Amino acid sequence: MGAITQSHVLVLGAILFAISIVGIFLNRKNLIVLLMAIELMLLAVNMNFIGFSHFLGDPDGQVFVFFILTVAAAESAIGLAILVVLFRNLDTVDVEQLDNLKG
Amino acid sequence: MMPFSTFLFYAFSAVLVVAAFGVITARNPVHAALWLVLSFFNASGIWMLLGAEFLSISLVLVYVGAVMVLFLFVVMMMDINLDKLREGFWKNSKLGFLVGGLMLAEMAFVLMSPKFDAAAPAAAAPATVAAGAAKYSNVKELGRLIYTDYMFPFEVAAIILLVAIVAALALTLRGRKDSKSQDPSKQVLVKSRDRLRIVKMAPTKEAPPAPEATVASAGAPAAAPAPAAPAPKEAK
Repeated sequence: MGAITQSHVLVLGAILFAISIVGIFLNRKNLIVLLMAIELMLLAVNMNFIGFSHFLGDPDGQVFVFFILTVAAAESAIGLAILVVLFRNLDTVDVEQLDNLKG
Repeated sequence: MMPFSTFLFYAFSAVLVVAAFGVITARNPVHAALWLVLSFFNASGIWMLLGAEFLSISLVLVYVGAVMVLFLFVVMMMDINLDKLREGFWKNSKLGFLVGGLMLAEMAFVLMSPKFDAAAPAAAAPATVAAGAAKYSNVKELGRLIYTDYMFPFEVAAIILLVAIVAALALTLRGRKDSKSQDPSKQVLVKSRDRLRIVKMAPTKEAPPAPEATVASAGAPAAAPAPAAPAPKEAK
């Protein structure tokens, strides 16, 4: 029980990532919660970046987190816009009903 | 006795994991969004512990302040039938927990091995901070990097945000049907014959027929009904 080590942070990131994967399996119908699980996954990745940045003493990792935050914000904005259009057209956010393309 | 920062790390991590479970199992998407807000707050605390002050604050400002509010707006605007979405919720849970648990076990196996920590140059850790403990500024350091080494990616990020704004607007914009806006492309494409119609007609008008000739000239109805009408204008 000493100071925080890099393994602490990386294991926390792994736990978060695993939780969000389970979340994608559980909420496979609800598009909104799927988007939230993706946000959680990105948070786990950012956690790893910040852990490495701290323990290797290199601030470049934090710059990467900055860019990931930017891209994640853009992604969720467009994702939610698509969600709104989808709900307008189909009256549902159920992923299983998105079968217009019969793929 | 563990140092206070380690205690804080464990406390934040515990709440973070619980909140993450809340996100994926919450029945109502609004509750899921609120759990996600809680997990962002705790992640921000951990980042602060790890010395990433700027990112920790911008996580709260950008994520909790903007992205999650957007999520809440969208979730609350929709009238979602929750029961339909919830049916079969635990159907894939076995597979999900199997995959998630397997992944976690593998990663923990690698990450917790003593070799991993030995490989990481832990001695370098405090170097940046300790170098000028009082003078070190995370924000200054990040700003220097972003505006020098990462200038081009920074501009690309700005363009990505612009594209995101335009895309989100273009997707969701629904013009009002009763608005009297002008359509420039239609205005440009208009031809002269759409606006002006030239009517061919006799230059003079025939005199109204005599009353006794009415029956005889019934074949020309155009002149008969309104004999006193003024000559129609050439242009419409």
